[in-house]
Amino acid sequence: MPFDEVATADGHHDHRPSLWDPRRWLFSTNHKDIGTMYLVFALIAGIVGTFLSGLIRWELAEPGIGPLTHLVYVNVEQITQQVMAASGATQEMVDAAILDERIEAAKHFYNVVITYHGLIMIFFMVMPALIGGFGNWFVPLMIGAPDMAFPRMNNISFWILPFSFTLLMLSMFVPGIAGYNGFGGGWVMYPPLSTTGHDGPAFDLVILSLHIAGISSILGAINFIVTILNMRAPGMTLNNMPLFAWSMLVTAALLVLSLPVLAGALTMLLTDRNFGSQFFNPAGGGDPVMYQHLFWFFGHPEVYIMILPAFGIISHIVSTFSKKPVFGYLGMAYAMVAIGVVGFIVWAHHMYTVGMNVDLKAYFMAATMVIAVPTGIKIFSWIATMWGGSIDFKVPMLWAIGFIFLFTVGGVTGVVLANAGVDHALHDTYYVVAHFHYVLSLGAVFGLFAGWYYWFEKMFGVKYNERIGQVHFWLMFVGSNIIFFPQHFLGLNGMPRRYVDYNPAFQTWHEISTWGYVVAVVATGVFFIGMIEAAVRRRKGEANPWGESATTLEWTLSSPPPFHQFNTLPVVKPAAH
Amino acid sequence: MTLKSAFISLTALVGTAPALAAPVVGRPEPGAIGFQPAATELAESVSFVHNVPLMIIITAITILVLALLVYVIVRYNKRANPEPGTFSHNVPLEVAWTVIPALILVVIAAFTFPLLYKIDQAPTTMRVDGERVPIPEDQWLSVKAQGNQWNWTYAYVDERDEEGFPLVEFTSNPLQTGLTTDTTGDPDLLYLETDYPMVVPAGRYIRYYTAASDVIHSWTVPAFGIKTDAIPGRLNQGWFKVDQPGVYYGQCSELCGKDHAFMPIEVRVVPEAQYEDWYETMKTGDWDAARAIVEDIQPLGSAQVADAAR
Repeated sequence: MPFDEVATADGHHDHRPSLWDPRRWLFSTNHKDIGTMYLVFALIAGIVGTFLSGLIRWELAEPGIGPLTHLVYVNVEQITQQVMAASGATQEMVDAAILDERIEAAKHFYNVVITYHGLIMIFFMVMPALIGGFGNWFVPLMIGAPDMAFPRMNNISFWILPFSFTLLMLSMFVPGIAGYNGFGGGWVMYPPLSTTGHDGPAFDLVILSLHIAGISSILGAINFIVTILNMRAPGMTLNNMPLFAWSMLVTAALLVLSLPVLAGALTMLLTDRNFGSQFFNPAGGGDPVMYQHLFWFFGHPEVYIMILPAFGIISHIVSTFSKKPVFGYLGMAYAMVAIGVVGFIVWAHHMYTVGMNVDLKAYFMAATMVIAVPTGIKIFSWIATMWGGSIDFKVPMLWAIGFIFLFTVGGVTGVVLANAGVDHALHDTYYVVAHFHYVLSLGAVFGLFAGWYYWFEKMFGVKYNERIGQVHFWLMFVGSNIIFFPQHFLGLNGMPRRYVDYNPAFQTWHEISTWGYVVAVVATGVFFIGMIEAAVRRRKGEANPWGESATTLEWTLSSPPPFHQFNTLPVVKPAAH
Repeated sequence: MTLKSAFISLTALVGTAPALAAPVVGRPEPGAIGFQPAATELAESVSFVHNVPLMIIITAITILVLALLVYVIVRYNKRANPEPGTFSHNVPLEVAWTVIPALILVVIAAFTFPLLYKIDQAPTTMRVDGERVPIPEDQWLSVKAQGNQWNWTYAYVDERDEEGFPLVEFTSNPLQTGLTTDTTGDPDLLYLETDYPMVVPAGRYIRYYTAASDVIHSWTVPAFGIKTDAIPGRLNQGWFKVDQPGVYYGQCSELCGKDHAFMPIEVRVVPEAQYEDWYETMKTGDWDAARAIVEDIQPLGSAQVADAAR
């Protein structure tokens, strides 16, 4: 909502401590600094996660288990001894035995790579960047608050994350299954594979890592809810607060309600593995399917947790660069609430093949299809915001328009999957992989980059290079589509997911998909070049580089904002209609 | 030929365009963009529902959004439209884009709900000479597929001994697991072939059960349009009926460890007489002889059985 008059009086002394003072970062109680730390953390984790996806595409480019065999450890001496002990043993036989052992290790390692790729991208890249990063930076600014409600708890939310990430990375290097390192049970961690199927300590470390990450997010969510409900500037009601703040409110509510269920499921896995409980062991009276219900009760809201902040960011960007207010503000806000609420009652659409009662499946089918309605409202509202506008195609707007189209593609394949009968044929195939990468890599990540370029100058006080940003966008657009569109074909023709190797019939699309990855990696390189260029050239940033259609409060502050802002609260008056 | 089956054939053709000569049935096809050709009515329905109502609707929606975006980009960029409008509401429009998608979903549901019930509820009646009659119990054959790390154990549970164990129970191992020591076979069938496949008679109703001995697996044959998880401590159930003899392959579809990609499912559908021959030979315990019997699949209507080495 446009604000006609905003009265602000910033603090006159701006005690910004030195960039190099460790206390500024370790003991921070500043939402902007904490937001920056989250963004840096997400960048680092994103590099690791992207590297892992590179391993996946490299291995899958051609049939045969190849590249990964060079990255695993085998005890060459022991194998040589074993083979040579038999009579008639030749060097050829030794070589073959060593290669076979490498292949066996590579099979497990592939499962490890896909597992950690998923866990890292979800819990250590997307969530920290969108929620911890942009949420912390801009929710207080947008609602006219001096900081979050609990600034010190905010800091703890951030600082336990590197510990969590370290535990996760450590787990890659300790035994998951006897003889092989790392946990290879998928990011969903289904028992019994994750309990009796993985007897080493790796998965216990994963559980502890996720417990800590969960605590980080729950505390952060509490912080956002209390901040948004209590610390809005005078005159800012819920019904005229910025849509990004709305998206963070709904996201935080989803986090607070769903994460404890994940924590419970993880704890049950931990006790099943270590303390003799039988929650998921049928021989002891337990049920593996119960885990799936618990996990997906968290897991489905989790995907909305990942996309809702991006929805908020897109609303701001589309409005700013169309020079028009967001079309149907209230509809947009309530659509996000509806998506959040309905998102809690559809979880079993991830479980259509477990042997559920058919009427129950029919219910979940119907409920899942319902979510398409509020989502469609948002897509059309963004287009209607652009309609009649005066669109400026700055880099953030490129990402936003890309998002609108690509999220639609991902969304409609979701509608296909929602239909249980068809889903039976597509469950656990590459069609599902294509669907969620469209809504995540081409949805959430595009939203991420959109926000990054939109708020870059505000956060860091320097301008980015428009041309480099454009190259980044187009390369990423082309690259990620080439990676994931052919995967629909693979899934339809029957290629299962989480497969280290495949029948040669699937090679065509796998090869093309891997070439797309090469393009996307180049795009990421361009991104980093752009960041270095901005850091070196240091073009001074303005308070509001986007003009009068950037109407939210962060644009009334300098770039970067003062260390403390709104010591005197702004008074917000909604524009007269 | 009904309109619907004409549609089905057309869409199946589109989906498997690369092989306009002989369709590749029961396994994936190089360069294919759609479902494998259907070998059951269920799979035909799945294929139809996806290729016709679903694909048409989602393609239309995607093209609509793309077209709107292109229009907006061309018509309302800042050079073409220097003065932005100010409207932010249009109640009839907002109602329309809420109600119309809801109606579209209802249309989709009209196709997909019956499909779900058809798949999940085993039929109780069949059409004989134009009349609906109950399916006699002898038309059903029950097979249990138990997933293990990393193979499948098939049990033909209709005939059991005094202690309750099935007379025919065997494990179906993959021929290739990605190692240098793999059996070299037909490269088109890499990772699909097994040593002792599951054999069922054509034209009969097959009731399949899935179970698992260690971790969760999933039993599927894409050409049949079915997939059911195999979960320890749980017995799941499904059904299919294949009219056309042939060999049909599937692959384990739930991450189950190191060799998840290497525990395929091979189903040989043979005429009744050939099946009886195979089954009786399996009962004697000579699995290799039984395997030889189904090496060549007789066409339907053939009274003789392959004169294989016994």
